[in-house]
Amino acid sequence: MSFLDVLYFIIPSAIFYAAPLILVAIGGVFSEKSGVVNIGLEGLMVIGAFVGILFNLLFADTFGAATPWISLIAAMVAALLLSLLHAVASISFRADQVVSGVAINLLAVALSLYLVKRIFDKGQTDFITERFSRYNVPFLSDIPFIGPLFFTSVYNTSFFAIAVAFVAWFVIYKTPFGLRLRSVGEHPMAADTMGVNVARMRYIAVMISGALAGIGGAIYAQTITNDFGHATINGQGFMALAAMIFGKWHPLGAMGAALFFGFAQSLSIVGSSIPYIQEIPNVFLLILPYVLTIFALAGFIGRANAPLANGKPYIKGQR
Amino acid sequence: MSNRTTNLLVPIISVILGLLVGAVIMLVSGYNPLEGYAALWNGIFGDMYTIGETIRQITPYLLAGLAVAFAFRSGLFNIGVEGQLIVGWFAAAYVGVAVELPKIIHLPLAIIAAAAAGALWGFVPGLLKAKFHVHEVIVTIMMNYIALHVTNALIRTVSGGGDRTESIFASASLRSDFLENLTEFSRLHLGIILALIMVGVMWFILEKTTLGFELKAVGFNKNASQYSGMNVNKNIILAMVISGAFAGLGGAMEALGTFEYVSSKGGFTGIGFDGIAVALLGMNTPLGVIFGATLFGSLKYGALNMPNAAGIPIEIVEIVIAVIIFFVASGYIIRLLLLRASAKKKEAK
Repeated sequence: MSFLDVLYFIIPSAIFYAAPLILVAIGGVFSEKSGVVNIGLEGLMVIGAFVGILFNLLFADTFGAATPWISLIAAMVAALLLSLLHAVASISFRADQVVSGVAINLLAVALSLYLVKRIFDKGQTDFITERFSRYNVPFLSDIPFIGPLFFTSVYNTSFFAIAVAFVAWFVIYKTPFGLRLRSVGEHPMAADTMGVNVARMRYIAVMISGALAGIGGAIYAQTITNDFGHATINGQGFMALAAMIFGKWHPLGAMGAALFFGFAQSLSIVGSSIPYIQEIPNVFLLILPYVLTIFALAGFIGRANAPLANGKPYIKGQR
Repeated sequence: MSNRTTNLLVPIISVILGLLVGAVIMLVSGYNPLEGYAALWNGIFGDMYTIGETIRQITPYLLAGLAVAFAFRSGLFNIGVEGQLIVGWFAAAYVGVAVELPKIIHLPLAIIAAAAAGALWGFVPGLLKAKFHVHEVIVTIMMNYIALHVTNALIRTVSGGGDRTESIFASASLRSDFLENLTEFSRLHLGIILALIMVGVMWFILEKTTLGFELKAVGFNKNASQYSGMNVNKNIILAMVISGAFAGLGGAMEALGTFEYVSSKGGFTGIGFDGIAVALLGMNTPLGVIFGATLFGSLKYGALNMPNAAGIPIEIVEIVIAVIIFFVASGYIIRLLLLRASAKKKEAK
């Protein structure tokens, strides 16, 4: 296999694995920029994957080829509702946000598996028939080098994820809404003094994170696994969390990190058929994203600073 | 109402609310909650065998709960108990199969290996927290995944490409004929005694030693501790190491008692995460951990009876546990409601 062939093989598959990670990581950015730690991303992804698959199975006959996209909306709504639970606990009830996130993760897995067993009477769902399909982008795929790299046999969802990252960057850094979002995450008291409704901003942020995580989970399920069982979402939410930190709480940074992790993930899966890479024991590729995140946090790859008020409930009048 | 009673009431109310939510979910999805909970009860206390298995299930929960609680008391949130438990499990099983020694040396050696592996896995986040001020929550989550993949790779190497190691030599086993005969040949093993001793150890460290005093002081206020001359960094690292050692021992329970081998895993055991629930419910005290571990261990084991006896998926118990954690975490609102209720009573008088 020539070097180019390897590239044509590995880059599209990296983007393919990265798409759900990008969306979930961006969701994490919204939540944490507003000062709410969201460990529950994994659980929100699980609910998204479950509802996406369930909706797809139930309505494939009604909606035909559009089913996967409509399933994304269903998954988004379901995850948004679950994220409200996290919002209520951590914003209104002043719960420890990490603990509440852990509860969300446990609840999501348990609830979706419970429902799978109730509805399908077995441990996993059937395989979906309508899924996202690969296609070649007209004209663009004919460009030499770039064409086969980025525009041949791609999923629309990958473009969607990258577009969301840029929209998120614009919203967070170029709009008044984004300024308020960042201010309640850095210094809620100052924001409150200036008339920003801290609780409301944080609720909105957590709901956005739930919506994006749900979409991410549904994309993962409808492109990679095509069914839902206990191991469908197995740490992708935490990997998205890692991407968010590795990307230093910046939407485009998170996207870059997610692409890189997608690269590592695809290497660990397809690496065994690529010369040189197959010499590296698989375990190193598997743990790479996690080790890099620890290094990033320790400041070896530039300092990563969390939003100042991240994880702290805002109590009016308290210094 | 005194502060103490409200502190006790919050977990109790949370458990009741959790069970109620579980009942509602069963009802809505077309099951009979009474039948469900009866099956759960029988799954816990049905006969001597189930009681033995329930206690067996409680054992690792005790240690996982201790690990989380100990870190909490020092102001640290150790989500990495899961990973520390997995490496402890592997270390104990490895020592158990690698050599054959007299029991009096082999068993302690395997147990110490597990504690050391867990301690090492706790040392990394402790060091990073102390030296680089890296938040321990994220590092421990990452360490969980590293533990999972690394132990899976090691198991493959040790077993020559297989999915599980050989069974450990009898000289490293925690099983006891006496306990097995007593409980109609359940897998109940001597680990429960070790776990209960560890509860005592945690109490002793926290309440009777200078180290414990310093750890708690650091947990309350880092700056004040620093100012009064305590070495905060050393205490943070020590707290994570001891917490990791508890978690590693939890892994030893599975390696030397329950399974007597270690197999590669597709995902987490969940014991470490449930340890968070145990510690929270027990308000991070040694006695509370016994209460929390007993409750969650029993629920987890009893749930296995629900599909057979009542046709209800075991996940219902996981839902109940998640809801309990949610309510304990939201203790503020329960306290507020209790306060209002008692204030109204006073007015009425």
